Amino acid sequence: MASHETPFNPSLMNDEEPTRRDVILIAAGGFAAVGAAAVLWPLLDQMNPDASALSLATTEVDISHVEAGQAITVMWRGKPIFIRHRTDQEIAKAKDTPLDDLPDRLARNANLPDDAPAADANRAAKDREPWLVMIGICTHLGCIPKGQAVGDYKGEFGGWFCPCHGSQYDTAGRIRKGPAPQNLAIPPYNFASDTKIKIG
Amino acid sequence: MAHPSSYQPGSRFESWLDARLPVVRVMYDQFMVFPTPRNLNYWWTFGGILTFMLGVQIATGIVLAMHYVPTSDGAFNSVEHIMRDVNWGWLLRYTHAVGASMFFLAAYIHTFRGLYYGSYKAPREVLWILGVLILMLMIATAFMGYSLVWGQMSFWAVTVITNLFSSLDAVIPGLGTKLVEWIWGGFAVGGPTLNRLYSLHYLFPFLIAGVVVLHIWALHIPGNNNPTGIDVKTTRDVVPFHPYYTIKDGFALVAFIVLFAAMVFYAPNLLGHPDNYIPANPLQTPPHIVPEWYFLPFYAILRAIPNKLLGVIALMSSITILFFVPWLDTSKVRSTRYRPIYKWFFWAFVVTCIVLGYLGAQPPEGWYLVFGRIFTVYYFAFFLLVMPAVGLIERPRALPGSITESVLGPEAAGQTVASRSVPNPPAPARKREEVL
Amino acid sequence: MKPWLIASFIVLAMPGTALAQQQNNNHAPEIAHQGWTFSPPFGSYDNAQLQRGFEVYRGICANCHSMRLLSYRNLGEPGGPEFSPKKVETFASQVQVTDGPNEKGEMFQRPARPSDPLRSPFANEQQARAANQGALPPDLSVIAKAREGGPDYIYALLTGYSDPPQGFELAPGMHYNKAFPGHQIAMPPPLSDGAIKYADGTKPTLDNYARDVSAYLMWAAEPKLEERHKTGAQVMIFLLVFLVIMYLAKRTVWARLHHRDATNAA
Repeated sequence: MASHETPFNPSLMNDEEPTRRDVILIAAGGFAAVGAAAVLWPLLDQMNPDASALSLATTEVDISHVEAGQAITVMWRGKPIFIRHRTDQEIAKAKDTPLDDLPDRLARNANLPDDAPAADANRAAKDREPWLVMIGICTHLGCIPKGQAVGDYKGEFGGWFCPCHGSQYDTAGRIRKGPAPQNLAIPPYNFASDTKIKIG
Repeated sequence: MAHPSSYQPGSRFESWLDARLPVVRVMYDQFMVFPTPRNLNYWWTFGGILTFMLGVQIATGIVLAMHYVPTSDGAFNSVEHIMRDVNWGWLLRYTHAVGASMFFLAAYIHTFRGLYYGSYKAPREVLWILGVLILMLMIATAFMGYSLVWGQMSFWAVTVITNLFSSLDAVIPGLGTKLVEWIWGGFAVGGPTLNRLYSLHYLFPFLIAGVVVLHIWALHIPGNNNPTGIDVKTTRDVVPFHPYYTIKDGFALVAFIVLFAAMVFYAPNLLGHPDNYIPANPLQTPPHIVPEWYFLPFYAILRAIPNKLLGVIALMSSITILFFVPWLDTSKVRSTRYRPIYKWFFWAFVVTCIVLGYLGAQPPEGWYLVFGRIFTVYYFAFFLLVMPAVGLIERPRALPGSITESVLGPEAAGQTVASRSVPNPPAPARKREEVL
Repeated sequence: MKPWLIASFIVLAMPGTALAQQQNNNHAPEIAHQGWTFSPPFGSYDNAQLQRGFEVYRGICANCHSMRLLSYRNLGEPGGPEFSPKKVETFASQVQVTDGPNEKGEMFQRPARPSDPLRSPFANEQQARAANQGALPPDLSVIAKAREGGPDYIYALLTGYSDPPQGFELAPGMHYNKAFPGHQIAMPPPLSDGAIKYADGTKPTLDNYARDVSAYLMWAAEPKLEERHKTGAQVMIFLLVFLVIMYLAKRTVWARLHHRDATNAA
């Protein structure tokens, strides 16, 4: 046979039955797809928080030295937690606020049902009215509001003021003015004793 | 690379894209309709397997790098953190570690295939050279990757191998030491060394990927070799790559993955060394420093030579000599199938590599050293004596008239006896498309 | 030569050289194989054995050997001893660990939490050496993978103490051990009958201690073994079915070529 017999035309090679849909080929494709998905999952899941991060879910805080009018900030799961020991005036101001004045009427308290209203009793620690425990991250875009330190500007409502875009929280940590949509979130926590709070 | 392409865009979007960046056309031409010899056997599936393994190593490597800490204090513990706490970390780490071994297994088989069937002969010399270059990059990458665990074997392997460069002191006093300190970033292997090994280990696989692209490009100019070693002559000799070789490569790949998975899940530490589960200790050398199995033959050659500098030269030469194979082999016939004398020497070479591998794990003393030297001599003799000499004196067996004839027999192929009496000389550089 | 034969040969060369590496520890004595529940491909750990092994570690070994890569919470995770959460809390809180600095800038002691690593007996390497005549008791987190023979070796070591044979020169402060390479080990025999009491009433013999703590150390080195075997079974079954399907698919596709040849020949 000579070398240049027929000009190369791939369609001429397809003189086999071209469109037979063999079940076995579909099965092969299916298995390949399942295999690919099974391989993909661990590659994605490894980015989720690992077991050691999940285990640091609990932090204990000693509050024995936090006097009325004082506040401390501790870390929990990488986030700042505001713990304020409120004065009587601060408590009264929070309780006197009608719920209708609040842009966000929900308690946002992980220790209570989702629909609990934002009354001060649902924001402060159970049976320990002076104590407020909140995640110190502004619900607008994630800055840390000012108000923990004695000299901080606390905003018009005496609570916390976010310097980034001007959100203002009251003495129960509820949003009153500014772009933040929600009250400061309250994490799961409980009082392990009179002087110790267990968060998470 | 102008040649007639039969790609027809299937949709308006395809036409639009084809006019701007013809990626679909290239994929179609090179991996769908590409005319491939019909008689490729399973030794030809390892190219696809290697591409897959490169993908596996890069994918697992990138996610491992999200958790690994490249400091001398943190490295070992970060690997254990991956094994214990990171979701699926144990699977990713073992896949990456066993994957390196599987990568080399496939690479060595692929290389021996090339040697046996004369795939390095004209016009595929550059293809072969690119392959050797990939092998060298793989060796460097694997060496650096193993060091990252920062176990005893990691640390001391780096110390020993980087110290080899100090042999240059025998050539120019002080040069070797300066070079080694430059590599270390200090006066001994330490944190700076680890950090730069990590950086380069992340980089090299992408260099490999680049050379792989060139390798496949260089292949597609003349087209694939085949077990007979004779050139494609007519359309009957070839089949489109898809579906014939996509499915065959796919089957071989799944078989390979069966072996890979069996090792990952049931014997992940079989090819490793227990000493690498001991954190690196600069003050204590392990009793026997051994590299991973895929380096053992070269290690045996290094230790066979009593002189430090000459041993290093022998080690380097044992790899770089591969570059010259297209010119060392004088045979007019490509495939060892038709080379009755050379065949024996070839298999002796395979045995030599395996025995050198075994010897590389033994202490270099007594009979181990004696045999190490004997087989090292044969290793180099195969390239420097056998390849040039046997090609000249050997009478090859009669080649088939065509690839089709080798598959279907002379009558079905329509060959006459007369037309197949002349052995096929290696073809001058002609593109596959020109022939067809 | 048949290609598959060649392929098998090459593939076997790989573990062949691995075995060669193992045999290369030719200074190490022969280590007998023990039967472990976790050795076979589909094997798993015996929870009760791991719990007893932890008791041995805690009561005896932890006096000198740290296990820094493990946390108390691991003791309750699936695939291991699987102590109850309450027991894990108890184990942790019974132990004092250093934390700090506090607001005064001082380090202080507090009970451990499940998320803490297992408490080390010594603050640092120097302290460990000082307390052990200059020898450093190694961390045991991955010891079962760091020694040739793994748990077989650990068991052989713990049960391998004996009087030195006639004529053997034992250095001062060292102890004769059949399994240890070189036969002289700085660690005095740690186990003896009745050393600790098992909570589940298993006989408190040296042999049981050795077996249980070897299994525990294997888990400590490979906590994911059970998950690995289980996932492996699913993967292998999937792959073997996939392999058969791919083989049949390959045959189906290549049958078209034979059809083409038959057509062309006609």
